[in-house]
Amino acid sequence: MSANTRVVRNATCTFCGCVCDDMHLTVDDDTHKIVKAENACVLGRAWFKEHGIEQRPQALIEGREASTEEAIEAAARILADARFPMIYGLSDTTCEAQRQAVAIADMIGGNIDTTTSVCHGPSGMAFQAVGESTATLGEIRNRADLVIFWGGNPAESHPRLFTRYSVTAKGMYIPNGKKDRTVVLVDVRRTPSAAVADIFVQVKPRRDFEVLWALRALVKGRHVDPAIDQLTGVPLATLEDLAARMKACRFGALMFGMGLSMTRGRHFNSGALLALASDLNQYTHFVAKPVRGHGNVTGADNVVSWQTGFPFGVNMSRGYPRFSPGEFTTVDVLSRGEADAALIVAADPGSNFPQAAIDHLRRIPVIVLDPKETHTSRLAKVAITTSTYGINVGGTVYRMDDVPITLRPALPSPYPSDESVLKRIRERVGELIGGKRIPAMERIGVAA
Amino acid sequence: MSETMILIGGRSSSQGTSLCAGKLGTEYVEVSSTLEMNVEDMARLGLKDNDRVRVRSATGEIVVRCKGRAAKDLPSGLLFIAYGPLSSALMDGDTAGSGMPLSKNIEVQIEPVA
Repeated sequence: MSANTRVVRNATCTFCGCVCDDMHLTVDDDTHKIVKAENACVLGRAWFKEHGIEQRPQALIEGREASTEEAIEAAARILADARFPMIYGLSDTTCEAQRQAVAIADMIGGNIDTTTSVCHGPSGMAFQAVGESTATLGEIRNRADLVIFWGGNPAESHPRLFTRYSVTAKGMYIPNGKKDRTVVLVDVRRTPSAAVADIFVQVKPRRDFEVLWALRALVKGRHVDPAIDQLTGVPLATLEDLAARMKACRFGALMFGMGLSMTRGRHFNSGALLALASDLNQYTHFVAKPVRGHGNVTGADNVVSWQTGFPFGVNMSRGYPRFSPGEFTTVDVLSRGEADAALIVAADPGSNFPQAAIDHLRRIPVIVLDPKETHTSRLAKVAITTSTYGINVGGTVYRMDDVPITLRPALPSPYPSDESVLKRIRERVGELIGGKRIPAMERIGVAA
Repeated sequence: MSETMILIGGRSSSQGTSLCAGKLGTEYVEVSSTLEMNVEDMARLGLKDNDRVRVRSATGEIVVRCKGRAAKDLPSGLLFIAYGPLSSALMDGDTAGSGMPLSKNIEVQIEPVA
């Protein structure tokens, strides 16, 4: 560490959906690195340590170094020429950048989807079907005397969810923290999160729905066949005890992870949990919250929702938004070989997607905005280096409980923000196509 | 000798910290290519830590190194791998109309690699 350091207080970590806004960052202006992140968890420390200023090209076009301006021009031409362009990612960037991406999709009649579709997208579908008894993390911190983590491992994925909000945190009506709460973990394996749990319930893989449905029955005083033990691996007595605790608590919280949304049953699993929380409100106060992964995936849901009416998997090709998971979600669009161009912002489908989808990404022109080199940037026709949100650029992100938080950047970057690049792409595409692309509407009119 | 098991993809602390350094970095590649396996299952298949195993789903096939986990932490028949390009290679592109490919509780065949 050089002598040329300064401290930025109350900065925000955007690694995960906790979006902790109490970081005190020590910045070394000689090495252009953050050398200390007070209050950060192990993931936050790595996030700040590894996002110093790197020597990367401003942009690459077909592997050749280029200026940001040249890359914006190339990107705009790809999007203007495409017949089925898709935009994807957006969960690790600011709401301001997300707004620009939605505007581009609207203008070009494209498909817009976020990493929500491969995260809690099924839970989003369940919200629409079942509803959501919700709360902020502050309410959970201050009131929850029963916290049930289901299908997630926050000890490794969201470490400060325990200490800041839901387990050891002391609150207004939980003055003694952990001593005043009962913590339950439900999962198919004993993860490190089990260490904080008073009760660990181990479910057989793919049997979460059955356990949730049995709990709904027990909460309502209905009979449940003791054979549930053989089916789910959970004895009836354990379920009866859990149901009784749920009804008897003052404020209960179900915090669920992708152990529900990424396994067989998907939105039915999430829906069963949300319905259980709703049922319990006949007896006490109960809420359910999905534990969200990326730093602004919740913002992506909010921005896409307020601009199109739907949270993800939206298609604008008819000139108005249509929502259809399975049809307009990115894995499906790519696996079926439909899109003919892709704009990927702050995401790495080249690493995270099924092979059929990656194969199609290799066949079409791909534009990537990312601070780092990724599997997707390597296959991209145009790769633009951008600055890191929360560290280099300010803006707004949404915490996993839909609370917007203003970012406080600490380290100047020579690279532009996602927002500024997307804004310039939007403006240039507008010039190339002469305004909003309405021909798709006209074609439908002719066909009709 | 191959056996049918259930594979869970997921996050881990080391996956998260190495992710920050970059997915192309050595540590991330190593973390995301290590398969955690019940120690009794490993013994039955004649495997020890760092041995190579082939994991095959209906969609794809990968070869990774295995690492033992106590039976209390990982029940017999369950496998865990941190998310990464290798775990993705086992996912099917069909999302059953949901947008979400199954990435947890995937049925796989597992066998030692000589």
